[in-house]
Amino acid sequence: MALSGMRGLSVFISDIRNCQNKEQERLRVDKELGNVRTRFKNEKGLTPYEKKKYVWKMLYIYMLGYDVDFGHMEAVSLISAPKYPEKQVGYIVTSCLLNENHDFLRLAINTVRNDIIGRNETFQCLALTLVGNIGGREFAESLAPDVQKLLISSSCRPLVRKKAALCLLRLFRKNPDVVNVDGWSDRMAQLLDERDFGVLTSSMSLLVALVASNHEAYWSCLPKCVKVLERLARSQDIPQEYTYYGIPSPWLQVKTMRALQYFPTIEDPSTRRSLFEVLQRILMGTDVVKNVNKNNASHSVLFEALALVMHLDAEKEMMSQCVALLGKFIAVREPNIRYLGLENMTRMLMVTDVQDIIKRHQAQIITSLKDPDISIRRRALDLLYGMCDVSNAKDIVEELLQYLNTAEFVMREELSLKIAILAEKFAPDLSWYVDVILQLIDKAGDFVSDDIWFRVVQFVTNNEDLQPYAALKAREYLDKPAIHETMVKVSAYILGEYSHLLARRPGCSPKEIFSLIHEKLPTVSTSTIPILLSTYAKILMHTQPPDSELQNQILAIFRKYESCIDAEIQQRAVEYLELSKKGAALMDVLAEMPKFPERQSSLIKKAEDTEADTAEQSAHKLRTQQQTSNALAVTDQPSANGTPPVSHLGLVKVPSMTNTDRNLADQGETEPNGTLSVVDPQPPSAPSPDVLGDLLGPLAIEGPQPDAAQPAHNLGSGVGVAPNAEDALALAPVEETATVQPIGNIAERFHALVLKDSGILYEDPYIQIGIKAEWRAHHGRLVLFLGNKNTAPLISVQALILPPSHLRMELSLVPETIPPRAQVQCPLEVVNLRPSRDLAVLDFSYNFGAQLV
Amino acid sequence: QIHFVLLISRQGKVRLTKWYSPYTQKERTKVIRELSGMILTRGPKLCNFVEWRGYKVVYKRYASLYFCMCIDQEDNELEVLEIIHHFVEILDRYFGSVCELDLIFNFHKAYYILDELVIAGELQESSKKTVARLIAAQDSLVEAAKEEASSLSNIIAQATK
Repeated sequence: MALSGMRGLSVFISDIRNCQNKEQERLRVDKELGNVRTRFKNEKGLTPYEKKKYVWKMLYIYMLGYDVDFGHMEAVSLISAPKYPEKQVGYIVTSCLLNENHDFLRLAINTVRNDIIGRNETFQCLALTLVGNIGGREFAESLAPDVQKLLISSSCRPLVRKKAALCLLRLFRKNPDVVNVDGWSDRMAQLLDERDFGVLTSSMSLLVALVASNHEAYWSCLPKCVKVLERLARSQDIPQEYTYYGIPSPWLQVKTMRALQYFPTIEDPSTRRSLFEVLQRILMGTDVVKNVNKNNASHSVLFEALALVMHLDAEKEMMSQCVALLGKFIAVREPNIRYLGLENMTRMLMVTDVQDIIKRHQAQIITSLKDPDISIRRRALDLLYGMCDVSNAKDIVEELLQYLNTAEFVMREELSLKIAILAEKFAPDLSWYVDVILQLIDKAGDFVSDDIWFRVVQFVTNNEDLQPYAALKAREYLDKPAIHETMVKVSAYILGEYSHLLARRPGCSPKEIFSLIHEKLPTVSTSTIPILLSTYAKILMHTQPPDSELQNQILAIFRKYESCIDAEIQQRAVEYLELSKKGAALMDVLAEMPKFPERQSSLIKKAEDTEADTAEQSAHKLRTQQQTSNALAVTDQPSANGTPPVSHLGLVKVPSMTNTDRNLADQGETEPNGTLSVVDPQPPSAPSPDVLGDLLGPLAIEGPQPDAAQPAHNLGSGVGVAPNAEDALALAPVEETATVQPIGNIAERFHALVLKDSGILYEDPYIQIGIKAEWRAHHGRLVLFLGNKNTAPLISVQALILPPSHLRMELSLVPETIPPRAQVQCPLEVVNLRPSRDLAVLDFSYNFGAQLV
Repeated sequence: QIHFVLLISRQGKVRLTKWYSPYTQKERTKVIRELSGMILTRGPKLCNFVEWRGYKVVYKRYASLYFCMCIDQEDNELEVLEIIHHFVEILDRYFGSVCELDLIFNFHKAYYILDELVIAGELQESSKKTVARLIAAQDSLVEAAKEEASSLSNIIAQATK
């Protein structure tokens, strides 16, 4: 039956299909849109049937890919139609065209609600389906209670209840608060006793979401889940209609096992035993059959069971069974199974240490790296990356480098990053590491980010033994006719620093090195030239005894670039020229770069950042978050642990002693004037961790300014915590004098304010000073709240801020008088110019009655 | 969860789209274009999963149509592959040996069926029998309403002659 029930619609579709080309189609579509638009405007003449027809036409046109920018109103209005056919169309078209961000949808909330709480079952179903598919936050707030009621109502038929379950799931996802956990956990347990499989399947999906966010509350559901699995495994009393190719509701099995993965352990031994029996049966009993669908279904259950076994961290025997299975899978012909085998093996790595067993399959995995299917290649790459350790690093990295030759561009950047990280982490010796990185740059220069070559330079600088080797290698690469610009950068830098170590060798005299590098100058871009200039300067300096011909050559180059447009180049050229005139002093200035301090590899951080976030925390992700990333330690011990959230808590300002001294000195002077200055006598405890040092360290590797680290931090915290040490402003209250006693512990307040954006700064019987701060990178806006606690006005109010040199502050006018029991706000603009640990001091004075405070 | 469902023909024409996550009209067009490019060019012997933008897209080709469903990284791929098959089997039962033409002219029916199968991106009903029964019930409601309307208009037509 090819023709639809609506003749007008069929005719239209036929017309479209008969169009010879895009132009004709466009014309026909526009004609129809015009027609529909006019008919819609003239509402009176539109029968419900016609409205339906036009709304479907609109959807069809939309599906063809044209913009349909009107008619949403009509679709939504059909929702309020009294009769089923129109209502149905309204609901469905709305759910296809609109999404939760459309304002129109709000208009329908009331009608939808009426349908949900009304008696008409079919209307209820329509409404629940719509809300379940495209409901947003507002729907969540107004409809959740009604939906919940339907779900647990015994007078509702399964048809309605299963929709209610999924509808509630959506609302919960949009606003987790709509499900009141206390009341709901018992209900969920009850729902799991449900006989109807439709309702049970839907409820299980709901359970997965609930448990993912809070497994504590739903412990009672755990045994029920196991019971469900048992029932399905025994295959008794499962209605025929729920058996899929002989497998009892595979989807329900999968969902139940997924739910179980969110409970950390299973306490009750008998439950645990039953579960393991079921799992064992699945693991052993899943055969490969001819029927594709049966195969897929049974294997979907198998893979989920594998995931569950991994999660439960079962006995070694079961685990090795799993790995054996996976080992079999990655070698089968069927690509889906191979893909899943690789994927699950990668997951296994995270969870237990089955690395040795997995390594046995290394050869097969490497073969998969060359599979014609890109999805499989990706999985193989991830797995190799995960299973790499000191013993197989060399092989794996070499394979990956080979693969780089043929990999498609979308994968190269990731591949380069991974190769660099593996080489770094597991290098048997450093010269191999340098080799690998240089090879990497050679093969895939475009995809090698700056972090990578910065890192290799860092290593070479920190390891004296490595320097001659690196220099030699760099020179070798320069011999090649066409090399990538990054290679030029690296080689030039290294040779600049260390070519003097090679001076004795053939072909490595300063002059030769210089001409090798200089040959490449015409081929590089403006960003590389500054590096080359520095290199020349260093070569010049290192040439002992001085070679005047070389000197002249190099000086000529500097002179040439003295008037270059690019500021960096010009600056370097000019400065080097001047420096070269200084003679001996040149040695000190152009001495070798000092060693770099140890920090967490920015590469590893980068790799971690590229993992995407999802709405529901997968059980798998929750596990991996517990792993800490290892900071690289090839030379020195890493001093930083460097996970951003930690740095927040550790941030406490240490007022510099000089500052305090200065304040005390001030105080001595101002006391006769009776100005109240408040000094914090002891520095706050808890020295900041080394992370602070890292953040403040102006290292080349850092690349972008410390401020750039801000966004990552802010995303991580989600609370208004003072972003960085360098940015957190603390107005140090300085306390002295016996006249007016402040209330509360100033030092405590001060500490609190360093960590929070708002709070009370200072309080005494007459006045309370509070602060509220808002920060954007290095720019801040504070508001000082001056509150008069008494019934008499405070006059002659004066507030002065003494900013330290690294801050620029602007305080708006402070009023002379603060009326009784009133609060006055004074905004304060702050710009942080540089990192520093100094504090600003607020000098505050006022007159109370006759007393000057 | 399933984020969206796409049915695309071999030539890249869209036969059905259903979105369970908020995508603007512009984003939808972009998604369709990107995925069409990726999926339609895949050979027959390759696996049914592609990785795209941090998500996975499970797809299966039935005759001239590609059925695609986009899921999260950690979802079970084979399960979704069978949801696709489940959908196709139901369509087959309803239309009696379904072909692409059926879906072109009766795309609205396809939407009704999909709504009985998936809500909020999760499987709603795994019994084909139940789904078939529900759709049949809906159809008869619509038929009944039509008859009522036509009989009414007959009466009016007669009366106003």
